[in-house]
Amino acid sequence: MLQNYFPILMFVVVGLLVGVGPLLLGWLLAPNRPDPEKLSPYECGFEAFEDARMKFDVRYYLVAILFILFDLEIAFLFPWAVVLKELGMYGFGVMIEFITVLTIGFVYMWKKGALEWE
Amino acid sequence: MELLQNLLGTEAGLAVWTLLKILAIVAPLMIGVAYLTLAERKVIGYMQIRIGPNRVGPKGLLQPLADGVKLLMKEIILPTKSSKGLFLVAPVLSIMPALAAWAVIPFTDTMVLANIDASLLFIMAITSMGVYGVIVAGWAGNSKYSFLGALRSSAQIVSYEISMGFALVGVLMVSGSLNLVEIVNQQGHGIGGGSVLSWNWLPLFPLFLVYLISGVAETNRAPFDVAEGESEIVAGFHVEYSGMAFAVFFLAEYANMILVSALTAIMFMGGWLSPFPASWGALGASGVIWLLAKISLVLFLFLWFRATFPRYRYDQIMRLGWKIFIPVSLVWVLVVGAWMMSPLSLWN
Repeated sequence: MLQNYFPILMFVVVGLLVGVGPLLLGWLLAPNRPDPEKLSPYECGFEAFEDARMKFDVRYYLVAILFILFDLEIAFLFPWAVVLKELGMYGFGVMIEFITVLTIGFVYMWKKGALEWE
Repeated sequence: MELLQNLLGTEAGLAVWTLLKILAIVAPLMIGVAYLTLAERKVIGYMQIRIGPNRVGPKGLLQPLADGVKLLMKEIILPTKSSKGLFLVAPVLSIMPALAAWAVIPFTDTMVLANIDASLLFIMAITSMGVYGVIVAGWAGNSKYSFLGALRSSAQIVSYEISMGFALVGVLMVSGSLNLVEIVNQQGHGIGGGSVLSWNWLPLFPLFLVYLISGVAETNRAPFDVAEGESEIVAGFHVEYSGMAFAVFFLAEYANMILVSALTAIMFMGGWLSPFPASWGALGASGVIWLLAKISLVLFLFLWFRATFPRYRYDQIMRLGWKIFIPVSLVWVLVVGAWMMSPLSLWN
């Protein structure tokens, strides 16, 4: 059983190597002539006047929170969806209830304006 | 394989054999990526009544090679203000998931590297790691443009991942398995005795559209490419990258496009199944050639979209993802559920 997963582990390692390989090659073959102007962060032609890691809009944070909620719902729906044929009417009814509760939450956050990006 | 096992012992032989199989997937994939970039420039060129690259080699066929050599000879710049370690880790983080997901992609019902029961779950898990490459790159670059690009891009990717997930729930309901081989085999019977009409795209049509468009958004392709937005934030999260470090991001983006196309073909368009009924002889026979044809078709759509649609505004993208796709896919999951419970069910 676990043997089936061994190729996946190897594939992950190969994937990492495909990323590291070109970087090493580039480091070996390409020229390296650093210069303070060249190494300064890109900004349209003038010196960067503050650190780039500034405050950002709270809505990105909100999106991340909502994503966690909804992704969790999907994680709950996956096992249910796989066995729906065996569960029959009862399983379907229970999931309607679950999705109704989810929809109430969704409507609430919609009405609250959590999805607005003027 | 037996030869290798005799030479190296059972376990080492198996490992080398697996490695060879992995290379047999990765090498064509990389060539595919290289020629996808050429195809993109050619297709968009002809759509705009230009010829596209035609100088390097016959009809420009060596262009990807020339691009690769050029990028290889360019300096990899490490900006002074960047976090050096993270800066170099980010490209690796973004290409690893784009490749590793191929471990479970079935090319025919026997031609699959790791035929595991939870293959769809594995794909969901590994592809959602791709967003780390974007965030880390944008943060490590320490430039305003890369930071903004990373924020936009990651918020967009996670938003569309939800509607993609709901679309997949619909597929799981009708196929009753997380195994990609079984998901394709299940599409082989039904209306028309296993032809184009029995595939998932027809009964799950709204979910198919949601999945396809979310796939375009997920890979940050036009018209959802605000993360790159050349005209406003120059190149988004990878603005500070040059040379091979940039090339790795580029490879990852195109490898992801091919991956999403392959998943669309497998989940909704019958994978390696022939679009014609089995009674049609050679045309009706299934095979890896059909899967490749379907992947190419979806990839062509990607390029066609880029040539046709102007870029969306960011608020339009978020509205489409949250206010249209999530309700549509949620409703259709319930419709499919009710359909399966009714006597009219196609999936018994």
